[in-house]
Amino acid sequence: MTTLQRTVGAEVTRVEGREKVTGAALYAYEYPVPDALYAWAVQSTVPRGTVRAVDPAAALSLPGVVAVLDSRNVVRLRPTDTPELAVLQSPEVAYRGQIVAAVVADTFETARQAAAAVRVEYDVDDHDAELTDGDPRIFVPDTVNGGYPGHTETGDVEAALAAAPVVLDATYTTPPEHTATMEPHATIAVWDGDTLTLYNGDQGPWMTAARVAELFGLPEGAVRIVADHTGGGFGSKAIPRPPTVLAALAARAVGRPVKVAATRQQMFTMVSYRTPTRQRIRLGAERDGRLTAIWHDALQQSSTLTPYCEQTVTCTRVMYAARHRRTTHRLAQLDVPTPSWMRAPGEAPGMFALESAMDELAVELGMDPIDLRVANEPARDPETGHPFSSRNLVACLREGAARFGWAGRDPAPGRRREGRWLAGTGVAACNYPALTWPSTATARAEPGGGFTVRIAAADIGTGARTALTQVAADELGVAIDRVTLDIGRSAYGQAPWAGGSMGLSSWGWAVSKACRALVKRLDEVSGAIPPDGLEVRADTAEDVEARRAFSRHAYGAQFAEVRVDAVTGQVRVDRLLGMFAAGRVINPRTAGSQLRGGMCMGLSTALYENLETDPRFGDFANHDLATYHIAAHADVRDVQAHWLEEDDDELNPMGSKGIGELGIVGTAAAIANAVYHATGVRVRDLPITVERVRAGLPAGPPAGFSAGPSTR
Amino acid sequence: MRGAPPGARLWDVTAHAFHSDFALRVNGADRPLTLDHRVTLLDALREHLALTGAKKGCDHGQCGACTVLIDGERVNSCLVFAVAAQGRDITTIEGVAGLAAPEELHPLQRAFLDHDGFQCGYCTPGQICSAIGALTEAARGWPSHATADLAAGVGAPGELDADEIRERMSGNLCRCGAYPGIVAAIREVAGADGGGAPARAGAAGGAR
Ligand code: FES
Ligand code: FES
Repeated sequence: MTTLQRTVGAEVTRVEGREKVTGAALYAYEYPVPDALYAWAVQSTVPRGTVRAVDPAAALSLPGVVAVLDSRNVVRLRPTDTPELAVLQSPEVAYRGQIVAAVVADTFETARQAAAAVRVEYDVDDHDAELTDGDPRIFVPDTVNGGYPGHTETGDVEAALAAAPVVLDATYTTPPEHTATMEPHATIAVWDGDTLTLYNGDQGPWMTAARVAELFGLPEGAVRIVADHTGGGFGSKAIPRPPTVLAALAARAVGRPVKVAATRQQMFTMVSYRTPTRQRIRLGAERDGRLTAIWHDALQQSSTLTPYCEQTVTCTRVMYAARHRRTTHRLAQLDVPTPSWMRAPGEAPGMFALESAMDELAVELGMDPIDLRVANEPARDPETGHPFSSRNLVACLREGAARFGWAGRDPAPGRRREGRWLAGTGVAACNYPALTWPSTATARAEPGGGFTVRIAAADIGTGARTALTQVAADELGVAIDRVTLDIGRSAYGQAPWAGGSMGLSSWGWAVSKACRALVKRLDEVSGAIPPDGLEVRADTAEDVEARRAFSRHAYGAQFAEVRVDAVTGQVRVDRLLGMFAAGRVINPRTAGSQLRGGMCMGLSTALYENLETDPRFGDFANHDLATYHIAAHADVRDVQAHWLEEDDDELNPMGSKGIGELGIVGTAAAIANAVYHATGVRVRDLPITVERVRAGLPAGPPAGFSAGPSTR
Repeated sequence: MRGAPPGARLWDVTAHAFHSDFALRVNGADRPLTLDHRVTLLDALREHLALTGAKKGCDHGQCGACTVLIDGERVNSCLVFAVAAQGRDITTIEGVAGLAAPEELHPLQRAFLDHDGFQCGYCTPGQICSAIGALTEAARGWPSHATADLAAGVGAPGELDADEIRERMSGNLCRCGAYPGIVAAIREVAGADGGGAPARAGAAGGAR
């Protein structure tokens, strides 16, 4: 073979890019499935109770309506450890917005009209949807999402706090937030005998197929997922959600293919939102800034269906050295929709609290916030004692500071006025675990000289398809245009989801292993490829299992420059700069987009996102994109993502750490810290609204006020 | 038009009964349709004409994913009934390359590729159609909320600064946060870079 430039590390254009810019890329709802009907979900209007009666008569009288489904006329599903997916399996209502019936009709318009005509009567029970500290239902779970312990403790944190010369004790809150993927959850379900094909917006085709098969009591392989393109996931499409199950149930009931798309309004209660958190952080420090005690407590909510508790305090377990430490998750199961994963579950809200607290402590100590973090850099993982596979937090802080222009910053708050604007800068650290799961892949040499690599991965916008093509091409020693990389089908075999930032690490390992094995096989047969090709299959289960015990995390430093309108309290983020250390970067182009995208979402959660719980109804008062604000073009100005070269041999053959979530972690704290620096107002509750900023600003126009443009 | 039978009372008349036979002119071709009057232009394209490039992100005018061009103007196709678009010239993402023929791709499509102006791609057709519309508006001198002098408007699209483009594109949400790449792509096509090498907004790179 001729020597080829390695493509890993090169700025390769997305391999499916052309399909996406021409509109040719097909998303779940768009597959041309003949004879399909349309289903529309009817949602519960009460937060708790029992469906007494469903009257389908008015709906059924409409021409074109094929069926009205409720808990009495759909197939029975198997018991599941994800009760959220037991769609229409009982008349019980656990939250407002739960699916209680559905209409199947020949057109989208008729399905919608008929759904509004279904009459549902309830026996209503009392409900309680308010998350309050002191609620007797609060408990500490043994384990939380990701399998982490609910509570950890080392040393005597209370004694250490009592003895510490400097103590910071503050409470931070984050609201419920919604993934709000641009592609609403959509599925087309097609039954053929006892096999089910689901065209599904999906982050993990193989895992979804396995889960749906289990639900319907079907053998493995009887459910096939097709998910070539997925319009954003952020955790919400990592497992099937109720709309997917509804599509399968409805198609079964009517004996025809059925399409379901959650409406934008339905999305807010039907698919995953991020739990609100109430976090109390106590830090004890010496006067030189060295931490002696860290205590991080997080209160969260779930529905009564499932005790989902996200890992809000696990970020604190690895961040800083301190002899005495305690971290606790507390959970209350309320009469609310079920929260679930949203980009960096746990880490994103957890690091907002921890990194705001570190900033407050730096102010208290009169210390530069970067120096404070450097002073507390641990030599080993502070809780597990494991060595770090690599940890370049300090280098990120230092290099980021140099690029951002941190040197010479006057730490005093509220001093930099430009017309009506107060300017400030802030910093925060971030981390995200570098996870890897076992995966399988096949690599095949085609007689024509091309190679086909197949893996049940998903590209939800991460660039996975492109990066995996690069990994395969390099292992095979061929140019990338000789590699066809097929993803998005459960039929390609066991593979994890695009979640926990583990996609590329896990899939890439399997692709790399399969390609290496294929090269070896080709050598053995002296390159003679049989007419039907030569295929090998790889499974990384043993390789992943055999890894040594290390603390594996990606790290970074986030810098923000903000302006705050001294009169209105409006916050504008002029500049975000992230400096990351995440192992080897496979594709700088798509990696840059991933990291900047995470930072944009971090900015969005810092300033805008807030699902307003309405305790009277038990769900959210805002349920569309006009009332649930996400960052728009005008909100996002200069956003830069950079990274250090980082060699780490303890990860996977590519030496990569996941970056899908790293970019959102710490952003909100960097912005809140910059708002403090600009104004002297410490906002401990997200989002940082004008009301919250203004509440801390002096009344009346500031000295030197001049009416300048307020929107740019 | 086929409608309610004579003598029907209003409450007997389900909207289902109302259909029309008509044609839509899409990407230069007349496409005959028989549609329920409640079908939006977006659903007509996606469900009845197999043109799924226009995306449904909200179905009520809040996200811009469904943006198409009608007589050259950007429009949220989820807010237009298909029957109301008769006689208009509709261009969807599948047809925008034709606006720049004989190029294979519209310059904005090319620029989105070059600047990685998307991730999941779901907002992308809307962003591109909207950008075409926005540059057309700027070419007429139309001001935006970010224009310094509303009366004077703007000069040429090439004079739009990044804030102008961000303001004009704010009806198109991107949850992936591809905004920096999108703005860089539009600026390049607008001529803001003076035709130089693509400036990559938020350039990423390793510290060596
Ligand atoms: S789908 Fe039309 S604006 Fe959202
Ligand atoms: S690219 Fe995913 S929403 Fe814009």
